[in-house]
Amino acid sequence: MSLRRPAKNQPESFEFSPSSLEAANAIVSKYPKGKQQSSVMALLYIAQKQNNNWIPLAAMKYIGKFLDMPYIKVYEVATFYTMYNLAPVGKYFVQVCTTTPCMIRGAYKLVEACKEKISKNESELSRDKSCSWMEVECLGACVNAPMMQINDYYYEDLDKEKTLKILDKILNDETPKPGSYRGRVNNEPENNRKTLMDLKNA
Amino acid sequence: MLKLKVNDIDIEVEEGLTVLQACEKAGVEIPRFCYHEKLSIAGNCRMCLVEMEKSPKPVASCAMPAAEGMNIKTNTAFVEKARKGVMEFLLANHPLDCPVCDQGGECDLQDQSMFYGVDKSRFKENKRYVPEKNMGPLIKTHMTRCIHCTRCVRFATEIAGVSEIGAIGRGEDMQITTYLEQSVQSELSGNVIDLCPVGALTSKPYVFEARPWELKKTESIDVMDAVGSNIRIDTYGWEVKRVLPLINEDINEEWISDKTRYACDGLSNQRLDTPFIKYNRKFEKANWEEVFKIIKSKIKETPKDKIAGFVGDLTNMETSYIFKEFFDRTLDTRNYECRSSNYYVGINERENYLFNSSINGIEESDLIFLIGSNPRFESTIVNARIRKSFVNNSTKIISLNDIGDLTYPYQSLNGQTKTIVDIFEGNNQVSKKILDSKKPLIILGESFFKSQSSEFLFNLIKNFLKKNNKINDEWNSLNKLTSDASTVGSLDLKIINEGKNIFNELKSNNFEIIYLLGQDNLNFTKKDEFIIYQGSHGDKGADIADIILPGAAYTEQSGYFTNLEGKLQKAYKASYPPGKAKEDWQIINELAEIMNNRKLFNDKDELKSSMINFINLQKENKTPINVNQSTKEDFKNEELVVDYKDYYFSNVIARSSKTMLDCHNSKIKIKKTGTDG
Repeated sequence: MSLRRPAKNQPESFEFSPSSLEAANAIVSKYPKGKQQSSVMALLYIAQKQNNNWIPLAAMKYIGKFLDMPYIKVYEVATFYTMYNLAPVGKYFVQVCTTTPCMIRGAYKLVEACKEKISKNESELSRDKSCSWMEVECLGACVNAPMMQINDYYYEDLDKEKTLKILDKILNDETPKPGSYRGRVNNEPENNRKTLMDLKNA
Repeated sequence: MLKLKVNDIDIEVEEGLTVLQACEKAGVEIPRFCYHEKLSIAGNCRMCLVEMEKSPKPVASCAMPAAEGMNIKTNTAFVEKARKGVMEFLLANHPLDCPVCDQGGECDLQDQSMFYGVDKSRFKENKRYVPEKNMGPLIKTHMTRCIHCTRCVRFATEIAGVSEIGAIGRGEDMQITTYLEQSVQSELSGNVIDLCPVGALTSKPYVFEARPWELKKTESIDVMDAVGSNIRIDTYGWEVKRVLPLINEDINEEWISDKTRYACDGLSNQRLDTPFIKYNRKFEKANWEEVFKIIKSKIKETPKDKIAGFVGDLTNMETSYIFKEFFDRTLDTRNYECRSSNYYVGINERENYLFNSSINGIEESDLIFLIGSNPRFESTIVNARIRKSFVNNSTKIISLNDIGDLTYPYQSLNGQTKTIVDIFEGNNQVSKKILDSKKPLIILGESFFKSQSSEFLFNLIKNFLKKNNKINDEWNSLNKLTSDASTVGSLDLKIINEGKNIFNELKSNNFEIIYLLGQDNLNFTKKDEFIIYQGSHGDKGADIADIILPGAAYTEQSGYFTNLEGKLQKAYKASYPPGKAKEDWQIINELAEIMNNRKLFNDKDELKSSMINFINLQKENKTPINVNQSTKEDFKNEELVVDYKDYYFSNVIARSSKTMLDCHNSKIKIKKTGTDG
C-alpha cells in the first residue's frame, strides 16, 4: 500500500456543483442536529465524484467549513480510507487486487501488464493521462481471482494476455465488457453448474 | 460505592472510575502511555493490560469501567507476558537512539522497558522512518520515535481548544502532524512536550542542552502573568535551562503557558551585570560605592516632593515593600506608584482588585461575562479554565467586545460602555441572564479599568451584583483579571498614590529624580530628570536612565508574589544574580544605609515578617479612604478597546528572549500569507 498523501499540484478552490450540493444536503439532513459531522465520509465521496475521482485539499477545507469541523479532522478521514484518492487518477482508474487469493492465482501478472501498458509505477498517469492503476486490497471477488476493477466494473478470471487486451481497449478510449473473461456466468462453475439444477434463480 | 478486589486486596471505589484508577487507589501502579488523567480515554497503547477474573483475555484497565465484584490481578505471569508482548510491538518500530534523544532519562518508554522490555528484538525487517514535521518554533519533532498514543492530539483538541494536531494515514503509515504542517496556534502548545511519553515531541529551544539528572531543580512560582503558575526551574550552573509545570489543581492544574515555559532564555540575554553611570549620553561601568555616592548627593540636593518611585510588573513583594519603606522612612515622601498609567483601582477594599471567584470557581460558574478583557493573551491559564468550564458544563460566555478566537464560542456585544450601563441598570437582556444564573462570573479586564468612566462603571457593577445577592459569603461574582505578576502584591502593600495624579506630574516633567524599580512601561518623555533604574534587564527603563543598578530576576532571588486571586506564594531562588548584580532588596537596603547610616532591615527575615505584619494590619483596617464616588453625570459613552500587551513581548524577560521573538515572527508570517488555518 502506498503512502497516502495529497498531490503536489492542487487546485486553488473547490465548490460543490448544484447537483452535488443537493446530494450533500440530502445526506446532512439525515443526521440529528449537531451531529452533521458524521456525514463527512459521504461528502468526501460526493466531492471525489465531482472532481474527476480525486479529492483536492481545497475540497477537504470546503467540507470542513460546510460541516463546521476542524480541517485536520476531515484530513484525517480522507487520508485514512484508501478509497479516497488524494491525487489525480486517470479517466480509467484500474485497481488490481493483490490480496492472497488473487495473488496465488497470478495477480502479479496483471500488475506486470499494467506496468507495461499504463505506467511504470502505480498511482502514476499513463502517457496520454487517460489511465492510472494501483494495487488494492481484497475487492471481494476471490472466486473469480485474479481480478481488477476499472472505474465501477469488475473484470474477472484474468491472466496477463487478457489484461493486456483490456488495457489496450481502455487506452483507445473504449469500454471493455465487464465480468468473467473465461466465459463464466457470475461466479458459477466453468462448465455449467452441477447442483441445485431445479432452482432457476439459484 | 463499588466493592472490588485488586491483587486480593478488597477496596471500595466510587462509581464511574476505571479499573486503572481503582488499582491506583489500591496502591498498585499500572504502566501506561496513552492514558492521562486530564485527557479523554483513548485506550490505544494497550500497556495497561491487567488480568480480570472470568475474562479469557487481558483487559485494558484504562478503558474498562470498574464494576461490582471484579477481581483484578496485576502481578501474575499472565499480565507480565501480555505487557511484554505489547512492549515488544511498541519497540519494534522505535529507534534505538536513546543516547542522542532529549527525552532520555525522563522517558516513559525507557523507564517501562526496564521492567517489560525484552533484551532482543525478533523484528528482522527494516524499521519504519517518519519524516520530521514542522510544528512551529517551540516543538521539535522526531516522529520516528512516536508510538501513536495520541496524547498530543487529545490535548490540542480538548484542553488547548485548537484542533490542529491530528493522526493522518493508517496502520504503519499513521503519522501525527499538524494540519499541513503549520505551527500550532496555541499559547499552551508547549504542554504537548510534557505529555509526550517518548522523545517524539521535544522542546526546540532546549534541544541537546542538558540531561535531566545534571540539572538542579527548584520549585518556584511563575511571574509571566498574574496567575502564579507553579513551576519547576531547572538550572545548570547559573543558567536557567528550562521551566516545567508543577501540579497545582487550584491554579494551573498541570499546564503552563508557552511564555512561562520558554521565556527563560531571556534570563541570559540583555542582562545588567554591573552598575552603570551615564556620562555624555554614554554608559560607563562603575562600582556600587560610586553609584550610591552619586545617588546620595543627588537626593540630598533635591526637595523630597520632587522625588518619585515606580514599581514594575515583575517585582516581588519584599522588594516592593522595602522600596516603599525606603520612600516612607528614608526619603519621607509618598510619591510611589505601582501602576503604569492612571487607571482606576478601588484600593480601599481588597475584593475590588482580586479575582474573587477563584480560578477553581470558574468551573462552577454558569455564566461568564468578559468586559474589556482578552483572557487568552492576558492570562492563558485562566482562559484554559474557562474553556474547561465551557466543555464540561457548556457555560454561556458573553464578551462585551469581539476579541477574536478565544478557543471557545462566545456571544459578543457592541463594545460600547453605554451597554455596560444598560446591563447593570437592568435594562438589557444580558441583565436578566445575570440575574437568572446562580453563579455568574463578571470578569473585568485591565482595559476596562483604563476606560474613562471606569470608577462609575465599576461601582455600578458592584452595587448591582450586591443588590441582587450575586456577591455574598459563598460566591463573589466580581472579578478583576490582572495581567502582571506583581500588581496584586503591590496593591496589597498599598504602593499606590492616591489624591494627586502622579502621572500628570510625571508627564509635565515635574519630578527631578525618578527611581524606576523594574518599571519599563511608563509612557513619558524624559527631559531633565535624573533617572535611577534598578532592574535585571537592559530595556526601555535602562535606556533612559542616568544610573543603572543591576538587580536580580525572579529566578535569582526568593520572594513572595500574590496571584490574581490573592493567594500568597513564594518563588524560590534557583540561580544567582550575574556579575556584580545583587538581590533587589539588598540594593535598597544598602542604599538606605548609605543615606542614613542605618539599614532599613537587618536581614531578609526581618523584612519578611515586617511585610507580613503590614499586610495583616491592612486586612483588619477597613476604613474606606476614598468616598467621593463619581456619579452618572460624569459618565461618557465610549468604545471600550481591549488593549493588551503583545503576548510574546509582555515583559522585559520575554522581550529579551529569542524564542519569544521566533514565536512572534512565526505568527506574523501566518497572518501575512493569509493561510488562516
